[in-house]
This record gives sequence, structure tokens and C-alpha cells, in this order.
Amino acid sequence: MGICHAYAPDGRCISLLKILMTNFCIYDCKYCINRVSSNVERARFSVDEIVKLTLDFYKRNYIEGLFLSSGIIRSSNYTMEQMVEVARKLRVEHNFGGYIHLKSIPEADPALIEQAGLHADRLSINIELPREASLKSYAPEKSGTVIRSAMANVRYGIESRQPDRKERGKARPPRFIPGGQSTQMIVGADQSSDSDIMTTSASLYSGYKLRRVYYSAFSPIQDSSGDLPLIKPPLMREHRLYQADWLMRFYGFEKDEIFEARQDGMLDLELDPKLAWALERRERFPVDVNRASREELLRVPGFGTKSVNRILSARRHTTLRLDHIARIVRSLKICRDFIETVDWHPSRALDLVTLRERFVPQPQQLQLL
Amino acid sequence: MHQISLSSETDFDGWRDAARRLAGQGVPPAKIHWSGSVAGGDDLFAAACAPEPASPAHWAPREVKVPKAFIDMAKRVICHRDPARFAWLYQLLWDLQSNRAALTDPLNDAARWVKGADKQIRRDVHKMHAFVRFRKVGERDGREVFMSWFEPDNRIVGLTAPFFMRRFTGMDWTILTPEACASWDGKKLTFAAGADRSQMPAEDAIEDQWRTYYASIFNPARLKVDAMLSEMPAKYWKNLPEAELIPDLIRQSSQRTGALLSAPSTDANIRSSRMSNFFAEDEAIEISSLDDARRAASKCDRCPIHECASQTIFGEGPVDARLMIIGEQPGDQEDIAGKPFVGPAGQLFDKAMGEANVERRKAYVTNAVKHFKFTPRGKRRMHQKPNAGEIDTCRFWLDLERKFVAPDVILTMGATALRGVFGKAVALKDMRGALTQLDNGTRLIATIHPSYLLRLPDRQRAAEEYDRFVDDLARARSLLRPDAA
Repeated sequence: MGICHAYAPDGRCISLLKILMTNFCIYDCKYCINRVSSNVERARFSVDEIVKLTLDFYKRNYIEGLFLSSGIIRSSNYTMEQMVEVARKLRVEHNFGGYIHLKSIPEADPALIEQAGLHADRLSINIELPREASLKSYAPEKSGTVIRSAMANVRYGIESRQPDRKERGKARPPRFIPGGQSTQMIVGADQSSDSDIMTTSASLYSGYKLRRVYYSAFSPIQDSSGDLPLIKPPLMREHRLYQADWLMRFYGFEKDEIFEARQDGMLDLELDPKLAWALERRERFPVDVNRASREELLRVPGFGTKSVNRILSARRHTTLRLDHIARIVRSLKICRDFIETVDWHPSRALDLVTLRERFVPQPQQLQLL
Repeated sequence: MHQISLSSETDFDGWRDAARRLAGQGVPPAKIHWSGSVAGGDDLFAAACAPEPASPAHWAPREVKVPKAFIDMAKRVICHRDPARFAWLYQLLWDLQSNRAALTDPLNDAARWVKGADKQIRRDVHKMHAFVRFRKVGERDGREVFMSWFEPDNRIVGLTAPFFMRRFTGMDWTILTPEACASWDGKKLTFAAGADRSQMPAEDAIEDQWRTYYASIFNPARLKVDAMLSEMPAKYWKNLPEAELIPDLIRQSSQRTGALLSAPSTDANIRSSRMSNFFAEDEAIEISSLDDARRAASKCDRCPIHECASQTIFGEGPVDARLMIIGEQPGDQEDIAGKPFVGPAGQLFDKAMGEANVERRKAYVTNAVKHFKFTPRGKRRMHQKPNAGEIDTCRFWLDLERKFVAPDVILTMGATALRGVFGKAVALKDMRGALTQLDNGTRLIATIHPSYLLRLPDRQRAAEEYDRFVDDLARARSLLRPDAA
């Protein structure tokens, strides 16, 4: 389990030393501060400097490990070689037991990705933008095909090392990225809709067995390119995307269900996607918590996976009443209109046209200065 | 009333011995007064309650049993600072004797309290794992020596020390806290009485680097102070070297963001113009061999399927193969491995080829459509049939393969492959078994796709169909000159 050793004032966890080997880069990705056309000051770490810094921080319990990324210098292969060398030195020469995440370079030789996999806990290859067309206009040197085939290589590397069922018990194969692979997508830099983003995610999760897709709200950068919007990062949109992502991975939702009532392909910013879905599909409610299946319970707004597990085990002991549910879930406010217990039925609430207004955050009166 | 005084505030063994004895004697929770070592002396009840008379001789002690999860939890909860922890643990132990499932019953009060306390302990332990900061003191016998000062909410030094031992095995360290200290010297974990802050060394040069990193990783445009505070409450700040930066980072964030948002975009750097040659587009490849075709196909974007598939799965086999076998399209595993016919259908195909005595490595094996078309369903990709337009578009590549390989015999598997050859819908059942002479003299045999065999639910039927499939393969072989199979 990873530990967050600190939190920045942006509320984000700092568990890894997350650095670029260099911010020199020969690519011209419009959204990136380090693109070749940017006037930002350039610097470069040597392999040994990164190794020393990682060990110094790790020994003081500041970090769990290293997250190494880099601009592309000279060539993709050269850059990847340097990154693999950092991982190798840490593991082989310093017996480093911490976590190593390498941001692999999709254009690099598959043999280098193989080597990286032997030392790293996780590899990630960024998909950057959800649509091929966006990639063409914002990151002209990158190609979705190259990125996806690199991800395919990583999945192949992992699966081909899984021991055959017949050969279990023989010597274990050497470890190969036990933490699997992940990717990142930038949200808000191009015109892609939430639906485009989740379509890409669904396809990546199913195709490359990704552990995570990270959504990153596009933040303004210094020395920005005129081709991109100067906006505050769309943090709520990012949050809703993560919620939709969770619905697909842990709650049995398909992407098309989440977006079936969203004509513009954008998630509701005011309500979480499960609640928004339930308000459109009221015929499926109320759900009887004493009888419903796990799948049905997982679709009740306000019930998380843990609450559902607790309900399933509690109802082995007793017939559930509303106050039992109140003790199990964090709050009744959202779920009560969608469930039924022996002593509670939402009666006509589900037929109310104004039901949505119960959940939408109240507008706030401005203060006189 | 039973008065139980334990030897220390975290004396689990003492609590267990007493609890086992009392529960065995059937003493109800309300009749026991527990205290840790400190409270024992000046407790109001201590004098007032005479010890209970010993149980009557005929009263055989009951055997006290609990689930293992209870023991693990109790070992943690005993470290909680709430004086009522001993009594709640005993109450839960008591409930467990009549209801084996009390621990998992969300409606049992004692279980709820103990679980709640356990959660606090685990959070406290987790935060200690996270927020202990070591400072380097020096070196001793070639080993680096580190020291840390920490103030946990509860008495958890004993619970956390093994973690630090496992993680920092290679260095010597001491963690000082107000109530207990733990040390590791590479061989043995030792505990000592509490210390105070003054024993901690003042500075460590690396802390400046760490502060620089902390300040740079913060994105001022995403300021979310509450989110930070809920995970890193201010009570921990005094022992975190980076925390002194927080107020300034927060104060300057809106100004920094504003500056970014109002800054005009800048002109492209001079470097970028020099790079343009580096990424000059490849010249359009003139296709004059099978390898050219393969290279050109790897960049194919003639139809929309390429947007989701990983890679073009081109045919595989010798260019002078006499037998060409055409399937439908690559599947999930082919898409990942980059080769045709390696998934479940491919394995069945290989088996049938073996039985029909056809060598796969001498044949050219390809698909009518070169990209994998699918819809994601949960964690899997469900195969989708390519439509007529996609098959026809992909004929461009199939035709090139046919041109360069120029086989004597073509074996098509499934309806898609037939369409790929003829360019129009042809019913497989009309073609199957018959030998067709194509315009260029190539002979064609049509058979079913091996994945059809995998989908047949009826075993008997599947076995019959498999035999027919093997016959078709054997037939294709018999059409070849004897040395070519």
C-alpha cells in the first residue's frame, strides 16, 4: 500500500519524488510547458543525481519511491535508456526497496520497455488526449497507434510472464512490473466531450488491463501557446470523470448507461453521475435493501461498495430498518429516496418532478462588501 | 465489583489473562472495573469495592473462545487513549460468547465502538508511518544513523516500529515520542521510556532540497486547502519540515494563478524551427514487395477501426507460400501479440492443421480485415463483426498480399474471408466443399472459421464440425503439389 507522506496545499498526495530527468524536449505538444517551442529555462539531472536524491529522500521517510518522467532528448531510445539506467542503479547497485514508476516513452524500442519492466513497479504510457484528431493538432509528433501498440507490448510482457497453470510450483519467473500499467489523459485542453474521454478509457481498460486512467485537468502554464484556452483548471469536471470511471470499474456500469441521458456528452457538474443516472431511471427504484442483489444495491445513489458489503452482511442477522441503514451508510440524505426497508418507503418522492432539486447544491446568497 | 489493574496502559497480555478468567467465571461486564497502571492509585472506586468472593467450587469455568480477528483488533485497540477501551473490549468478548457473529454484526454496540476505536488507531498508525521525518545524525560503524521526533495521538509506538524496521533495515534509527521510544540497530528492535523534543538534532541539509521539491510540486491553480487539511491536519505540522512553507504557498496562490491566466502567450522558441526537419513526414511508400505492403499497412487509417485497435495485424508466412489461409479479423490476443491466429481460435486452428498434416509455417496465414474491431464490455473486449464497408476497404491489403504471395491454393475461413476475396457477399454454405477456380488460376476452398467451432454449444455437433473442418484443411493440402505442403 502506498503512503502519502505529505499533502500539497492543492490537496494532492505526495508519495513519490516525481521529477523530470530533463525538461529539454524535441516534441512540440501544445499543452506542455516543456515543448520545444517554449522559452522556459532548461535543465537536466544526471543519472547519479537522481539516484542520490531518491535515496536521500527515501531514507528520511519523505517518499515511497520515484516517479521518473522526462522530456525527449536526442531520441526516444536514448532517453528511455537513461531512465532505465536510473531504475537499474537504484535496484541493483543500491538494493532500493521502494517504489519505482517510469513514464515510458511510447516510441522507444520494445526491448527497452522489457528492461524497464524488470526494475520498475509500474510503467505508464500517456494517452494524453482522448481523440486521434486532438492528438494530431495538439501533439503532432505523437500517434495514438504508437501509444496503443506500446501499451499492447506492456500487456503482452505481463501476460507472457504469468506462469502457466501446469507449471505452477516451478521457479517463479522474474518479477515484471508488479504494479501493472497506467495512463493519463488531459481534460479541458481540447474540445473532447466527457463521453469521448470515457469511451477512450473503457477501450483502454479493456484492451490493456490498465490499473488506472488518470484524468488531469488542464492547468494554465507559463509561457503558454496561443492555441490553447487560458482557463482555470476544470477541477469539478475532473472529479466527475473520476466518479464515472469508478462507476465503470467497481459498480457494474457501462459507459453508454452513464451517458444515455446526457445529450451533449458531458457529465452533470451539479450531481454525481450515479445520482444523475438514478434520477433518469426512476423505474428501477425503490430498491428493497432486504432483498435486492448486490448489483442492484450498487446502483443505489449514496451506497458505496463498502456500504453494500455491510448491508449484505447485516441482513444475515436481521431484517433491516431505516435506522439500521443510517448506521451503515455515511448519510441517508441521498439514498433514502431510492430505497425501501421494512419501515420505510419513499412513497411518492420518486414521482416528484422536483426531486432533482433536493440534491442540487443550494445557490449561495452573495454578501454585501 | 471486580477491580482489575493492569501492569501498563498497553498491557494486552494482562488484559487477556484477566478477561479470560472473568469471562470463564461468567462475570458480566457491569461488574468489572478496569484500569491501566497510572489510574490505579487514586481511583475513587478502588477503595469502595471489595473484591468479589471467589466463585463457588462447583462452578466450572467456561472455555472462552473468540475469532482471530478479535485478538488482532484488541491488540491495536488496547493502545487507544480512551480509558473505557478495556471495558468495551470485555463487553465485546462477552457478547461474542453468546453470539459468534457479534463482530460482523453492524448493529452490535460494543463491536461498533471497538471497530471505531480500531479505525482511529489504524489511522493514527498510518499517519505515523507517513509523517515521521528522519534527520541524519551521523554514521556509526559504517551505518548511517537517523533520528526522529513524533507525537502520535495514541500509544502506538509498539505498533508502528515493525514497519520502520522492515523499511529502514539498512540504517540505524531512533524514533522519539513523549511516551515511548523505539530504536533499531540492524539487529534488534528496542523500546525505551518517553523522551522530549530537545533530544532531536536541529537540522538536516537535505530538508532544504525537500522543501524546494514540496514548493515546486504544488500547483497554485488547484488550491484546495480543505482537502489538504483533512489528510494532513495542522496538529502534525510542527514536526514536518515542509509545513512552514504552507501559509505562504496558500497566500500567493491566487496571485500566481492570476499571473498565469493573464500572461500573453509567447512566441515560439528558435529551437522549434530547427526541429521541423527532424520530424519530416516519411515519403509515401511505393509498394513493390510484401514487406513494403506490411510497412505501409502498419500506418493504415483507411477505415475507423484503426482508432481503437492497437496495431495492424498483417499476414504471416513465407512470401513464396503455395497455400494462403484467410481468416476474418484479429481478436483480442492477436491485437496484443501482433500476430495472426494466436488466440483461442488460433490454437484450435493449429490443432486442426496438425491433424490435417498441413504445416503452418509453410503457409501464408492472414485475415480479411487487419485491425481488431470490438466493443468494450467491462474488463473485456467483445469481438464485433467487421461490416461490408470495412471488409471492402481492407481488400486493398488482402489484394496486395494475394498479388505478392501468388498462392496456388487459397483457403478461406468464414464468410468475411469470402467477401474479402470476391468483393461481394457470397454465401458460405453455397461455396463450402466445392472447388472454385479464380480468374488468375488460383484454386479456392471455402470452410468455416474455427471460432464457429468454439461457439457450438452441442458437443457432438462440435466434434462433427471439427472433423469436417480438418477434412477441408486436408483437402486444401491435397491440391498442392506434393512438395509444397
